[in-house]
Amino acid sequence: MQVRMRVNGTEYVHEVEPRLLLVYYLREVVGLTGTNVGCDTSSCGACTVLLDGESVKSCTMLALQADGAEITTIEGLASPDGTLHPVQEAFRQNHALQCGYCTPGMVMAAVSLIREHPDLDEATVREGLEGNLCRCTGYHNIVKAVLAAASAMSAGVPA
Amino acid sequence: MPGVIAAFTGADLASEWAAPMPCAWPVTPDMKNPPHYPLATQRACYVGDGVAVVVAESPEQAIDALAGIVVDYEEEPAVTDLEDAAADRVLVHPDIGTNRAYTWELISDPDALKKAFDSAAHTVKERYIQQRLIPAAMEPRGVCVVPHPFGGDFTVYSATQIPHILKVMLGITCAVPETSLRVVAPAVGGGFGSKLNVYAEELLALALARKLRRPVRWVEERSEAALATIQGRGQIQEIELAADADGKITAVRVHLIADMGAYLQLVTPGIPLLGAFLYHGVYDVPVYGFSCTSVFTTKTPTDAYRGAGRPEATYAIERAIDALARKLEMDPAEIRRRNFIRPEKFPYSSAAGLVFDSGQYEMALDKSLELVGYDQLRQEQRRRRENGSARLLGIGLSSYVEMCGLAPSRVLASLNYSAGGWEAATVRVLPTGTVQVVTGTSPHGQGHVTSWSMLVADRLGVDPQNVEVLHSDTAVSPHGMDTYGSRSLSVGGTAVAMACDRVLDKARVIAAHQMEVAEEDLEVSAGTFSVRGTPEKSMTLQQVAFEAFTAHNLPDGTEPNLDGSITFDPPNFTFPFGTHVAVVEVDTETGKVDLVQYAALDDCGNQINPLIVEGQVHGGIAQGAAQALWEEAVYDDSGNLLTATLADYLVPSAAELPSFKTGATVTPSPTNILGVKGVGEAGTIASTPAVMNAVVDALSHLGVTQLDMPASPEKVWRALTNVGKEAGR
Repeated sequence: MQVRMRVNGTEYVHEVEPRLLLVYYLREVVGLTGTNVGCDTSSCGACTVLLDGESVKSCTMLALQADGAEITTIEGLASPDGTLHPVQEAFRQNHALQCGYCTPGMVMAAVSLIREHPDLDEATVREGLEGNLCRCTGYHNIVKAVLAAASAMSAGVPA
Repeated sequence: MPGVIAAFTGADLASEWAAPMPCAWPVTPDMKNPPHYPLATQRACYVGDGVAVVVAESPEQAIDALAGIVVDYEEEPAVTDLEDAAADRVLVHPDIGTNRAYTWELISDPDALKKAFDSAAHTVKERYIQQRLIPAAMEPRGVCVVPHPFGGDFTVYSATQIPHILKVMLGITCAVPETSLRVVAPAVGGGFGSKLNVYAEELLALALARKLRRPVRWVEERSEAALATIQGRGQIQEIELAADADGKITAVRVHLIADMGAYLQLVTPGIPLLGAFLYHGVYDVPVYGFSCTSVFTTKTPTDAYRGAGRPEATYAIERAIDALARKLEMDPAEIRRRNFIRPEKFPYSSAAGLVFDSGQYEMALDKSLELVGYDQLRQEQRRRRENGSARLLGIGLSSYVEMCGLAPSRVLASLNYSAGGWEAATVRVLPTGTVQVVTGTSPHGQGHVTSWSMLVADRLGVDPQNVEVLHSDTAVSPHGMDTYGSRSLSVGGTAVAMACDRVLDKARVIAAHQMEVAEEDLEVSAGTFSVRGTPEKSMTLQQVAFEAFTAHNLPDGTEPNLDGSITFDPPNFTFPFGTHVAVVEVDTETGKVDLVQYAALDDCGNQINPLIVEGQVHGGIAQGAAQALWEEAVYDDSGNLLTATLADYLVPSAAELPSFKTGATVTPSPTNILGVKGVGEAGTIASTPAVMNAVVDALSHLGVTQLDMPASPEKVWRALTNVGKEAGR
């Protein structure tokens, strides 16, 4: 079946199998392998992307369900000149990643969380990232990074 | 079927294997090691034991084809309980006649041990269960084998911690010359020991690429990871302490039953031995006895999981010393103080036969108590008890020491391990001044590239941006022993530092020759050799490297190019230590435990990158706390894994954990020139007993002292209900 979507600002049209999950569409058809797969039960959040600006687990929906949508993946977050998004920069500054496998999903979830909650506190960050698992960091520096990014963004660093 | 290229059973592929799957640690000469092949042929011994393989154009087509395979299993009884396994009632492998893989003992003086217990003023005897854990690295395993179009060579890409060891083992098992193999571990998404192995799927991918003459890829699904990637822990522990009237421990005696699972993987049998020397912990104990019986069960094989043997040992001694403190009505901090190995005793020869390098255990304890605000917490705890609060506070201590820096090769030999514990490094200063570092360690999240760059930049006086670190590809880093056991910095980093020193030695010879001065007259600072007393006369390392490259004017006998290589075999283990304090709130109405505060004071010797050190501690705490409170690989009586997804297996999220307070003391190791000890496993080792001691501390005044992990709401609630019932009788 035909599916059409904008991914990171580029329009794609493909013929896909109806059972193809969005995450595999992004990784294997579009070729954007920044979005990872960490489980088969929508538990880990490694596959989180933005769908029309809101975070979704791309292993939980079919590519066909995203027909007509605007998708942002980790590859679409930095500026074209390579300047990192404030959340990416905060992750870098705060050592919020170790192996990096959960990072794309964690960053996308954080971007969405910050948009939804202009006044984030630690408890909100921890609850808000509940759907994204990390095995390396114990979340300590991730939480720190998200709070730092939120305050940088509210201080006017362009998102 | 569409897209299906081939399908094979174990029998079809039997001729592919020159040897069974490798176990590198035959801990005793009579250890039982039933042959284990990538696909089972006659009997499948656990859920996860592969019986057939399908190769297809796409994963979806392969999955469709799998549905077409019908396996006619004749069911045999499962062996899931460790004591039942040890009793040999039902045999996992009838051919070997027993479920016992081996019994291993370390008893310094049997008479003294008996005497210590017979004459003790106090004894405690405790029994703990180390539940099985699923490592759950966020990236599951994956392997891709690419046969070269001619010449018979293969490139193996694997999400592994051990590209070098894997290369040797693939060669031996599949009868491929080592010279025909290149193994690459690309960016690997976490390991925690679970990728310190040689897996059936890696062997199958190589054999199938050879047979089919095309690239073969396999990527694990999460539920497969739960079933077929090794699991951790899995022990029944009995620990006894003998103490004098003042609470000074006079002897420790330990017996384990350790769960090997259905087969022995790469280092399965050795895991209990990595803890065997440490069941007296940080305490000065003159008499020591340890024994372990390891048994086969019809479950996924166990093997190294973050800490590997040392978390188990630390858990047992740290819970037991709390039990002793309760018996003596002594504060847990006080009983630890009375028993610590004193700083002046280092290097300390332990009754178990190790030489601890350096330690200041009481200082770490004091600082940890300060960090967490111990006295105020005890007051708050009292206040809540007196008020009859349903949210009780528990404060748990855990003082730990681990043996890291695996390992002196001769010590490994004495433990029957089949390989050495050295590490290789090469440092090259290229003609343009870029420094290239080749390391045999293989990072998968630990930040070696950053740390090695800093270390080299510091030692050579160059900009860290100008340092390139090459690793995890046997074509560029041919020698190495890879990354596990908190060894990378203390063994691999030390090798890199020593290679830097060789570079500097050579550079000094060349610089002295070029500037026509004696070597002794040169001083080196910030990457520049200058003549003592005539600082304007100088050469930068880059200039020396260029001269070494052109080789136009080198002293006689000096080889061109500025580089240095070394293989470092550590003379001893390193012994990081510290004290962690966990604070929990236990809801006595629901049994729910919340980890509300956590303070960690760690001493890993000198630190190269404190941010990375802290990050390792944070992650370790989360993983260890998860064993205490949430995680357990649960099997039913038929041997089915009931927690094979991340929906059932409770890896904690950010919402379950607090932020952590961390602190450090620095007691350098005399074992290596960097004075470093390693920190990769410390958090996991310390945190499990700290959290469990906190849970018991919250409840012991109500009579709850026997509690096994994970301390789930149900388990805690039942324990409270049972003591309530007993009190009511």
